[in-house]
Parts: sequence; C-alpha cells; structure tokens
Amino acid sequence: MMNNAITYDLIAALPEIFVLCMAMVVLLVSLFLSARTLYISYILTQVTLLGAAFITVSTHIPAVGYAFNGMFVDDPLSDILKLMIYLGTSMVLVYSRSYIALRGMYRGEFFALVLFAMLGMMIMVSGQHFLTLYMGLELLSLCLYSLVALDRDNPRSTEAAMKYFVLGALASGMLLYGMSMIYGATGALELSQINAALVNGMADRSVLILGLVFVVAGVAFKLGAVPFQMWLPDVYHGAPTAVTLLVGSVPKFAAFAFVIRLLIQGLQVLTVDWQGMLIVMAVLSISIGNITAIAQTNLKRMLAYSTISHIGFLLFGFLSGSMNGYISSMFYISAYVLMTLGGFGMILLLSRKGFEAENLDDFKGLNQRSPWYAFLMLLLMFSMAGVPPTLGFYAKFTVLQAALQAGFVSLVIFAVLMAAVGAFYYLRIVKLMYFDEPQDHAPITPSPDMALVLGINGMAILILGLMPQRLMELCAYAVAHSLQ
Amino acid sequence: MFESNILSLSIWVPILAGILVLATGNDARAGLTRWIALLGSIAGFLMTLPLYTRFDYADGGFQFQEGYNWIPSFNIHYHLGVDGIAVPLILLTSFTTMIVVLASWEVIQKRVAQYMAAFLIMSGLMIGVFSALDGILFYVFWEAMLIPMFLVIGIWGGPNRVYATIKFFLYTLLGSLLMLVAFIYLFHQSNSFEIIDYYMLPLPLSVQLFIFFAFFMAFAVKIPMWPVHTWLPDAHVEAPTGGSVVLAAIMLKLGAYGFLRFAMPIAPDAAHYLATPMIILSLIAVVYIAFVALAQQDMKKLIAYSSISHMGFVTLGLFIFNPLGMEGGVVQMISHGFISGAMFLCVGVLYDRMHSRQIADYGGVVNTMPTFAAFAVLFAMANAGLPGTSGFVGEFMVILAAVQENFWYAFLAATTLILGAAYTLWMVKRVFFGAVGNSHVAELQDLNKREFVILGVLALMVLGFGLYPQPITELTHATVEQLLTHLAQSKIPG
Repeated sequence: MMNNAITYDLIAALPEIFVLCMAMVVLLVSLFLSARTLYISYILTQVTLLGAAFITVSTHIPAVGYAFNGMFVDDPLSDILKLMIYLGTSMVLVYSRSYIALRGMYRGEFFALVLFAMLGMMIMVSGQHFLTLYMGLELLSLCLYSLVALDRDNPRSTEAAMKYFVLGALASGMLLYGMSMIYGATGALELSQINAALVNGMADRSVLILGLVFVVAGVAFKLGAVPFQMWLPDVYHGAPTAVTLLVGSVPKFAAFAFVIRLLIQGLQVLTVDWQGMLIVMAVLSISIGNITAIAQTNLKRMLAYSTISHIGFLLFGFLSGSMNGYISSMFYISAYVLMTLGGFGMILLLSRKGFEAENLDDFKGLNQRSPWYAFLMLLLMFSMAGVPPTLGFYAKFTVLQAALQAGFVSLVIFAVLMAAVGAFYYLRIVKLMYFDEPQDHAPITPSPDMALVLGINGMAILILGLMPQRLMELCAYAVAHSLQ
Repeated sequence: MFESNILSLSIWVPILAGILVLATGNDARAGLTRWIALLGSIAGFLMTLPLYTRFDYADGGFQFQEGYNWIPSFNIHYHLGVDGIAVPLILLTSFTTMIVVLASWEVIQKRVAQYMAAFLIMSGLMIGVFSALDGILFYVFWEAMLIPMFLVIGIWGGPNRVYATIKFFLYTLLGSLLMLVAFIYLFHQSNSFEIIDYYMLPLPLSVQLFIFFAFFMAFAVKIPMWPVHTWLPDAHVEAPTGGSVVLAAIMLKLGAYGFLRFAMPIAPDAAHYLATPMIILSLIAVVYIAFVALAQQDMKKLIAYSSISHMGFVTLGLFIFNPLGMEGGVVQMISHGFISGAMFLCVGVLYDRMHSRQIADYGGVVNTMPTFAAFAVLFAMANAGLPGTSGFVGEFMVILAAVQENFWYAFLAATTLILGAAYTLWMVKRVFFGAVGNSHVAELQDLNKREFVILGVLALMVLGFGLYPQPITELTHATVEQLLTHLAQSKIPG
C-alpha cells in the first residue's frame, strides 16, 4: 500500500523529475563540449522537451490526482498547460538560437537555465500547497533573473536584472507575508484545506482579507498588472531579446495557473473580495498599458506596455468569477503567448550580428524586403489589436462575453473603447511595414528551422482565428475537469 | 453542390482568386497578374448571377440558405442566406470588382499583385457581409474587410494617405466594437448568434435603445451620417481610384444594409422611438452637406460630400417606415453605387492624365476629350437626379414617401434636386466647358478603348435602371413588405 502511494507520487511528478535530471545532464555535458560541438546541448534540450511531452501525454488521465500528501496535483489543467509550456519553450529555443550564438551567449548555462526555469513553471502549474507554489515561483524567478543578466557586460541588461531581482524579491516577500496571514487565519497551507476552512467559516475574516490583499499584490506583480507593472518595460527592454522572448511568453502560463490555484482553488469563497481588486487592476492595466504604448518608439517597450494591457484583458476572465470566465482566461493566455512568441520572433528575425531590430523604424518597408514576413507581422499585429479573422479577436471575444455574462456591462464598454485606442499603435507598425520605404536593405536570411516555425506560428494566428473551436474545447476540457 | 452553395462560392471564389494572384503575381509579370485578377473577378461575378436568375420573387424571407456548425462552444454557425435587399447589393459588389480591376489596369504599376488581390479578397468579404445570417460571422467579415481597404489607401494612396487610412480604420473599428458588445449581449439573452433568433427576441425598450445605439455607432459611421462623416472626405481624397470606387459604391451601402438587417428589425420599438432624430440627421446630411459640397475645390472631395448627401436619402427612406420609402432607399443605394463609382472613375481618368484633382486646374476639357465629356456630363446629370437616369428614381420614391409622412421632410429633401444640380453642374461647367484652360488641358488624349468600355457599361446601367427600375423593385418588394410587417409589431414583452 505504502509502495503504491510512492509509485503514484513518482508517476504524477515524472515529467518534473525527467526535466530536472535532463537539466543537470545538459549542464554537465556542456562542460565537455567545445564551441563547435555545443549544438549537442541544444539538441539535448529539445529532446528533453519532446521526452517530457511524451511522458505528460502518456501519463495523462482525465481526472484529478493528488500526490505527495496533497502538495502536488496532476490534473488535466496541469497536463495541458505543461504541454503548452513545452511547445512554447521549444519555440523560444528555435527563435533564439542564432541570436544568442551571434552574441556570445550560446553556452551550456543558457540551456540549463531555461530548463530549470521551465521546471519552476511546471511546479507552479502543479502546485497545490503554498510551499510548492512558492518553490516553483522562486525557481522560475531566480532562473529568469540570471537569464536577464546573461549578457553580463551589457550595462542595460545588468541594470534590468537588478531591477527585476529587487522588485521580484519584494513581491515574493509580499506573497509570503500574505500566505502566512492566510495560514494564520485558516491553519492550513494546502489549498483544499484552506478552501474547506473558509467554507466552514472558521477563519478570522479581517486577517484573511489582509492576507488576501498581499497575495493578490504578489500575484499581480508576477503578472505585470498595474499598479505593479513598473519592472516590466525595463526588463523587456533591457534583457537580450532572446530572453525577453522567454520572459514575456511561457511564464504567463505558469502565472495563469498560479492565479487559478491560489484565488480560485484556494480562496474561491472570497471571490467577492478579490473580484473588486481585479476590477481595479484590470481597468488600470488596460488604460495605462494602451495609452503608454502609443508613446513608445522602441518595439520591445511597446510590446511590454501591450503586455500590460493584455494582462488587463486576461483579468476580465478571472473577475467574471465563473467557469466560463476561467476557460476564457485560459484561451486568452494561450492566444497571448502565441502572439508574443511571434512578435518577439520577428524582432529576432530582423536582428543580426551587431544590430538589434528593436526600434519601430527598423520595420520600415518590410513589405518590400520580404512580403511574406511583413504579412506574418501584419497578422500578429491585427491579432494583438483583436481584429478578426485572427486568433486575437476570439481571445478578446471570449473574455468580454464572460465579463458581460457576469453583468459588467460598463466595464466591457470601457474595455472595447480602450481596445480601439490600442489598435492605433499596432496599426502604426503595419503602417511602417507597408506604407514606408525601407531604411535597411540587408537581406533577411533566417535558418530553415526558424523560417519554418515562424511561418507556422504566424499562420496559426490566422488558422486558429478561422477555426478556434479546437483550442476552445481544449481549454474548456482542461478547466472543467480540474475545478470542481 | 452548386445548387446549395451559391453563396459560399460567391464569397470564396474571389478570395481564393486573390490568394492565387498573391501567390503567382509579381511586378515583373504584371500583365499575367492582371489577367489572372480579371479572370478571377469575372468568375466571381458569374458565381453571383444565379442569385438573380434563381431568386424566388414571392418569398420575402431568406433564400439560398446554407448552415454549418462553426464554433459550437458559443453556438456560432457558418450560416448564409440572402433576401431581396441583399441580392442586388451582392450583384453590385461583384460587378464593381470587375470594373475596379479593369480600371486599375495601367494606373497601378507598383505591387500590382497585392493591389489586385486586395480588391478580390475585399469583394469576397463584402459579399460575406451581405449574406451572413450569424452575428459573429457577420462581424468577422465586417472587420476583416477593413484590413485590405486600410492597405489599399495606405499603400497606393495620395500624399496624406497615412492620416486618412488610420482615421478610416479607427473610426470604423470604434463603432464596430460597440456592435460586438451588442451581439454578445443578445447572445446571453437568447443563447444564439442567429440573426433570425434575434428578430424573435422580446426586449424591453431601454435595452432596445442601448442595442440600437450600439448598432447606430457601427452603421452610422459607415454610411456615413452627419456628424460622424468626417473620415469619408479624407479617405476618398487619398484613396486610389479603385479604392474610392469600392468605398463609395459598396462600403457606404454596408451601413445602410446594417440598419435594415440588424438595427431596425432587432430593436423595432427603438427604431420607431428614434425615427424623428434619425430623419433629422438624414435631412442635415441631405441639405447641409450639399452646401458643403458646393464649396469644394477638389473634385474628389466634392463627390465624397455628394455621396454623404445622397446616402442621407437612403436613411431618410428607411426611417419613414413605409414601403415606398424603403424601396426607394434600396433603389437609391444601387443607383448611387453605379453613379458614384462612375463619377470617381471619371475623376480617375482626368487624374491619370493631369495628376491633379483641383477644379481650378481644368477648363474646357470638352474641346480635347469630347467622348469623355459626354460620359461625364451624363453621370453628372444622373448625380443631380435628372429624370431618365437611375439617380432620379430612388430620390423621387423617397420624396414621395416623405410627402405622405410630413410635408416639411419632403420639402427639405427636395431641395437636394436644386442643390445637387447646383454643385454638380457648376463643377461640370468649370471643368469641361468654356475655353481650353491651360496648355496641359490642350494636350489631353481622349478615352482609350478600355476606359470607353468601362464608362460605357456604367452609362448603360445608369440609363437602364433610370428607365426601367423594375428589376430592383421586384427583387426587393416582398422582402420590404415582410420587413415592414415585422417592424410594425412591438417587441416589448408584456
């Protein structure tokens, strides 16, 4: 009996165990590789992702299973989010390979750090206990801090890493403080026990609400919602673009799971209390994100502010406080990650040795240099603006209908007005690509794998925009089978 | 297969042709690209013809319906169907696309494939707008159509094109997003995105007013009604000729069509409640904008303002709520499609030769381009509403309808027959008649064969529908009757 329990624990956490082992293998193997043979680390990393995906799929069951005495959960939500994380990370690696190679960052540590960061995300996704969740978050954050500083001679990167670290530590502190208060009020650290204690009404409400405020603040920091967004533009701008690509994309899946676990599985009884906070943050994020983005001339900063506004839309799904809302949030975050990967992928595509294509003007006349890539960027921009027939439209559609169903009519009208404001700066990129003459005439020569993946990424925006049903079903399946 | 999928073919044949043009065309083989585009547009036109030949005149409901599940999670269907109001507009769309492809034959020299593809894809999307019977399907077509137009104005437009095209896009987007909110609201009330279900849905007046307002924002911008018309003159002036033609001939009609298909039948009580303000806005467009047109120096701007003024007639006809007015509105839409398209093509003919749209740069064109002048005067007369041309029929029907409603509506509307004649004929006088204005005008070449064919076909249409408008009124009659019966019933519950 005892043995069975341990076996189950190990099977539930098998993807994590596998990734952990492989991360250490990659780290060790890289020590013995020369610059010429370092591609082996790259391939090993990709193989790790493939292996992890295989394990996740083969151990998948459409039911909730707890492991390690309820600290860890293996449910459809975690499995599907993990699969999305593997896919996203794999795309990050494809896009950043030549970029980091040209900038002297093509080292074993890069791959090991990416794998450890991913491990952190996986633990967050499966965390069912304050400690597991916190452990996953810190593992992810520490890896990201060091990745941002990977280009260590670049003052901008080090500054960004420092800022990220200090503010991140502060946020972690707030989160822990909040968690300790909730522990004090309920006497539990495990989410299901916390929920049970709240349902019984045993907890002291004033302590609980104070704890909730700190937890929400910590979560909002990690998501990058206003007023906890200060770090985001600087980190996006300062980090090497390959790292920005990572920071901006896949960890959002983990952050999404974090919100689901903490606020919905753990603190659902307090919905009315956190709903109000999310409304304020959503409104502020959408307005400040969209309005500030207009003033940016640096594309990375612009996308950072656009991220802030997207997070605002994401919160719309949560604040609806319904299953419909959580499903639409998951759909939104999937669409968002796919668009972000494509957007930063385009910056990486146009960058070359000694040149960062991070200013808006670097996109001038792209249609004349390469109609195909201009078209992909066009799709990405219209998708981010939420114009059909692209995926971004359905992303906005689903969260708005969830919020409207919950009765937030004026909030939804405000959001669509802000979406029209946001359309302006996305249109500006299209304008630069299509209406202006190119300044830069360098040929665009991506590696075949990058060309292929970027092409698929861009077309996926269109194809999923025409046929979003499958992705919607997947999100509905994941959320509905995991939350009771 | 062809029997039941006529609408799908009408939508997707031009879109696929556009993709083919994009894939095969480049500027080195521009000739081939143009021919593929022309064949694509002709194929698209042929696809829409059965809608007319097989139409059942007695049926006022939706015909040629086809429906498939599209996004079951939200009960969204790929549901198409047309009634007597949509069919003439669809035919106008596919016809205009052929004209535009032909008209751009020599003018467009850079990025020919992208230009032609944009118009072919736009044509398919606009037909989609006219035939969608599902709210979200409609919205997808409605918004997607903006993207090619945005690019057409921005890439091939005039000096101030960026301002004009971004203004065009943002204006339309802002209005449409409110419409999306209305659709989602209706979805939560009825658990369906089917337009036909919305027709049956009882709604209290306050909700109807909100929904009507949301649709009004989307459609009034598109028509455009005063005071949200300011994007149109900018867009028209900067757009290339083809863009102006599509904008005036079809896109403006989408707004009026939207009122007929959505705003009025879904919120009939609100429509009755707000009929007087709507009529007043229409009359302001008719009268005030006509005076604005009188003051224009730029030919394209003048025609753009004249379009706004003529579209005022359409909305006036719709909100009088009688069969004559509504049919008159539809006839006016079709007729204005031909006339404004032809007027913009005429300006295009001059602009290609002189690279100026200023009225002051011309004078005495009739001396060097007699054939062209004959066409231009015909279209100008039609624009002024001369009996015998199609411009007269719609306006006359609307004015007659207005007399039945209120004498002063009719009186104000009728002033357009004077004002319209004034601004149009004054422009014709300054551009075409008198002595040869300057040495550039003296060197002008008359129409070539291609231009002659294009303008000739349009002239036949304008005269044909002017003398014999029955084809349009027969198509629309049953639908208009049914729509008015529906509008007469209150949807307020209890």
